[in-house]
Amino acid sequence: MGDTTRNPVTWLGSPAFPTAAKTALADDQLRRNLKHATGLIRTKRAGAVAELADWEQLRLSGEAIKDDVLANLDTYLLRFEESVTARGGTVHWAKDAAEANEIVLRLAREAGADEVVKIKSMATMEIGLNDALQAGGVTPIETDLAELIVQLGNDRPSHILVPAIHRNRTEIRDIFKATMPGTEDLTNEPVELAAAARAFLRRKFLSAKVAVSGANFGVAETGSVVVVESEGNGRMCLTLPETLITVMGIEKLVPTWQDLEVFLQLLPRSSTAERMNPYTSVWTGVTPGDGPRNFHLVLLDNGRTDTLASTVGRQALRCIRCSACLNVCPVYERTGGQAYGSVYPGPIGAILAPQLGGDMHDKHAASLPFASSLCGACFEVCPVRIDIPSVLVHLRAKAVEAKPRYSPEAIGMAAMSWVMAGPRRFHVAQRLAVAGRLLSRGGKIRKLPFPGSKWTNSRDLPAPAKESFSAWWKRTRG
Amino acid sequence: MLWYSVHTGKLWVQISRHPMSSSGSVSIVPTEQRAGRVALFATCLTDTFFPDTARAVVRLLERLGCSVEFPQGQTCCGQMHFNTGYRAKAAPLARNVASVFAGYDAVVVPSGSCAGMVRHVYPDLSVTPGPVYELSEFLVDVLEIEDVGAYFPHRVTYHPTCHSLRMLGVGDKPLRLLRAVKGLDLVELPAAESCCGFGGTFALKNAEVSSAMLADKMSCVLDTGADVLTAGDNSCLMHMGGGLSRLQAGVHPVHLAEILASTEEEPWVTPLATR
Amino acid sequence: MPGGSGPVADSHSRDVILARIRGALGDRPAPRPVPRSYERSRDFPSVLDLFAERVADYRAIVHRVTDPVEMIRSTLAGKRVAVASDAPPDWLVPDVTWLREPLTNADLDTCDGVLTGCAVGIAETGTIILDGGVAQGRRALTLLPDYHLCVVRADQVEGTVPEALARLEPTRPLTFISGPSATSDIEMDRVEGVHGPRTLEVLIVDGGTA
Repeated sequence: MGDTTRNPVTWLGSPAFPTAAKTALADDQLRRNLKHATGLIRTKRAGAVAELADWEQLRLSGEAIKDDVLANLDTYLLRFEESVTARGGTVHWAKDAAEANEIVLRLAREAGADEVVKIKSMATMEIGLNDALQAGGVTPIETDLAELIVQLGNDRPSHILVPAIHRNRTEIRDIFKATMPGTEDLTNEPVELAAAARAFLRRKFLSAKVAVSGANFGVAETGSVVVVESEGNGRMCLTLPETLITVMGIEKLVPTWQDLEVFLQLLPRSSTAERMNPYTSVWTGVTPGDGPRNFHLVLLDNGRTDTLASTVGRQALRCIRCSACLNVCPVYERTGGQAYGSVYPGPIGAILAPQLGGDMHDKHAASLPFASSLCGACFEVCPVRIDIPSVLVHLRAKAVEAKPRYSPEAIGMAAMSWVMAGPRRFHVAQRLAVAGRLLSRGGKIRKLPFPGSKWTNSRDLPAPAKESFSAWWKRTRG
Repeated sequence: MLWYSVHTGKLWVQISRHPMSSSGSVSIVPTEQRAGRVALFATCLTDTFFPDTARAVVRLLERLGCSVEFPQGQTCCGQMHFNTGYRAKAAPLARNVASVFAGYDAVVVPSGSCAGMVRHVYPDLSVTPGPVYELSEFLVDVLEIEDVGAYFPHRVTYHPTCHSLRMLGVGDKPLRLLRAVKGLDLVELPAAESCCGFGGTFALKNAEVSSAMLADKMSCVLDTGADVLTAGDNSCLMHMGGGLSRLQAGVHPVHLAEILASTEEEPWVTPLATR
Repeated sequence: MPGGSGPVADSHSRDVILARIRGALGDRPAPRPVPRSYERSRDFPSVLDLFAERVADYRAIVHRVTDPVEMIRSTLAGKRVAVASDAPPDWLVPDVTWLREPLTNADLDTCDGVLTGCAVGIAETGTIILDGGVAQGRRALTLLPDYHLCVVRADQVEGTVPEALARLEPTRPLTFISGPSATSDIEMDRVEGVHGPRTLEVLIVDGGTA
């Protein structure tokens, strides 16, 4: 058993967000790549969503279906387990990352595999499955193009949907040339890059005994599992090997088959801005003569039940991993995903990672809810209406609770609250603040000592008015 | 919609679709009666740093026939505390706002952000908010006025602040008000709905990201060639204005209220002299 | 907990997780009933026209025919093409080398293409759904070949996603196909052709007997 105390959902040793963001902001190429990619997908998403006149109704349904799942999670999980088992699948339960990794490794070994092909899956990234498999002597091969780019580049993911969004075509070409045999003449044309990945992976697909996948949805009523993808690597993994192991977060359920009619409209338009993604696979247990003969499903908790316990925070479990919130986030657009120090970056990551991790004493995790200007663009696009700004603020309060009671910030906040609780002290403070004009020139303050320098490094600050409005009112009208 | 009475010197509002009026008849009530008892919630920032904005709200509303009160007990809505994670410290401020403004028919706030705090967050602090309106909401929804009779002969671009746009949903009300201003040359701001990077304590806690967002916003503002940047929130304007001032860009940040208050008789004056 | 090979080994975790869930829901949340006010069907002027247009939008090749046989012949003549064992006999025109099950992965990987029918089509999204039913074969059949020719009957095409899903049996192995294999992984721009068939050709059969 590995370290079971630390949840790998956040990367060990990650600096607090502001520090990581500073590093990211200094990378001009990164910022250009992100601006280009997020700008493109934002416009496309808006178009795909505008096509459906009932988009808001679909969002309301999506939200309510997921709330129902969460409110009755035990019932639906048991129903799902029963359905999967009845159709020839085997269901496993994993409390945490270490346990899930152990189950997958054991199953892979029992199937006689020293290599497994993998479909991009947030759940397996979250638990650090690749490292665990590698350590256990089983080589994981990522088959999603972006995951492959990340794996071959010995890099970390930076986006939920497109983990290599921080790389442009030329950088990708260079990674392929350095790691794939027979790619000396590769150009940076996306079509050629995709063809190179196709040739490289085809042999792996044909020889693999075991595939590992995540799941976009599990249907409690039927035991069906759904994987939504684009490239066909998912279909390869779900169809060709003899054994399929699916790791699925316990919140991924929908109650009925009919419920999918909502999510199969919400997800593609929100994530890749398509009317429908190229491939969606649905399978239920084992089908004789078609696809894997052994199907194992690992139900993963890893902090989800702790998240469920928070009445404000549990809505994060509605997330269907579309990544629309990342694409519209002005903070994400400037820093990219790696600055968040988790497989879940962006606005959803800032509320999901600290909750799954469950340790607000961790300085890095505690910094994530503050990585937002609370502009609300994320909530506006969320297909399941997660009120991300409200959860951020809720988690900020948790972070403050975990801090020493007498931090300079806490003292400052308490003092300001005391001053502003009524007009008397407030008006005295306003008169005192006028002294701030001494620091100003032409009504502008250009330089303040720390922490005011955080503002004045890039912006002027207006000096307080000579006479406040309330003083003026009292003098002229009071 | 709008009726000017030469006898009283006040504007009257004709109510359309009034549930009590029989079809075809025209019912007219004075603005004062329509709005009831109106209080100005200046907000701590505007009160302390931008008194011109609060004076402009008073001048504007009085011109439209409202009588405006300014309860002296008001301080701060508590948003900064709440949004930074200090819930317990925000609560007494929220209770103060609720008690100071109890009994008014309309509380007008020249800030989408503070209005949003009161309307949407106070219930979460177990404080019942009164009828609070962001300025453009009050003008367009309550008074049903879009042309407030303003005059502002400048090239203006408008930034829809995040909370007014997404928390309150003021939509295009500010733009409708601006389009009716005489002499005003309204230019569209590229990527208008992108956050300026202020975000309250975000501007300090994540100063670098905030500044990067501000830089992009400023380049959009400069692209418009406008002389005046306006918005419904002095907090965001302070942020963008701080950047523009640092650049010595020559673009003035001016609150929407000051534009709407400006008339041919009493025009807006360049702020450098007064601020 | 080493060595166990079945789910027995983690049955303890099952109890723990279920107990945690029940504990977490101590506030007994009672979500409101699920609203279903979205459109189940839409008033499209022509479902079939829309289907043809939307399939083509994904750079699939679309033909509208009254009888598929002539088009099958002209498209596939001289090629080695895989086909499900229960494909309609009239599709199996003589000038094509037909590969019938049992086929190995290597056979599928090296053939020129595959010809199938489908279960349902969705006009609004330009989607074809296979369910392993008549003329479709197992999933690998439409996956390994680089070329897929799919015959869609007019009566199989539904307008919307809800209408299409209602026609499916969810426990069959289902594959939804919307255009050829594609990726958005390079700079978020869609590029056709990764692991699945790089060419998708669709014959929409309308008016004749399919």
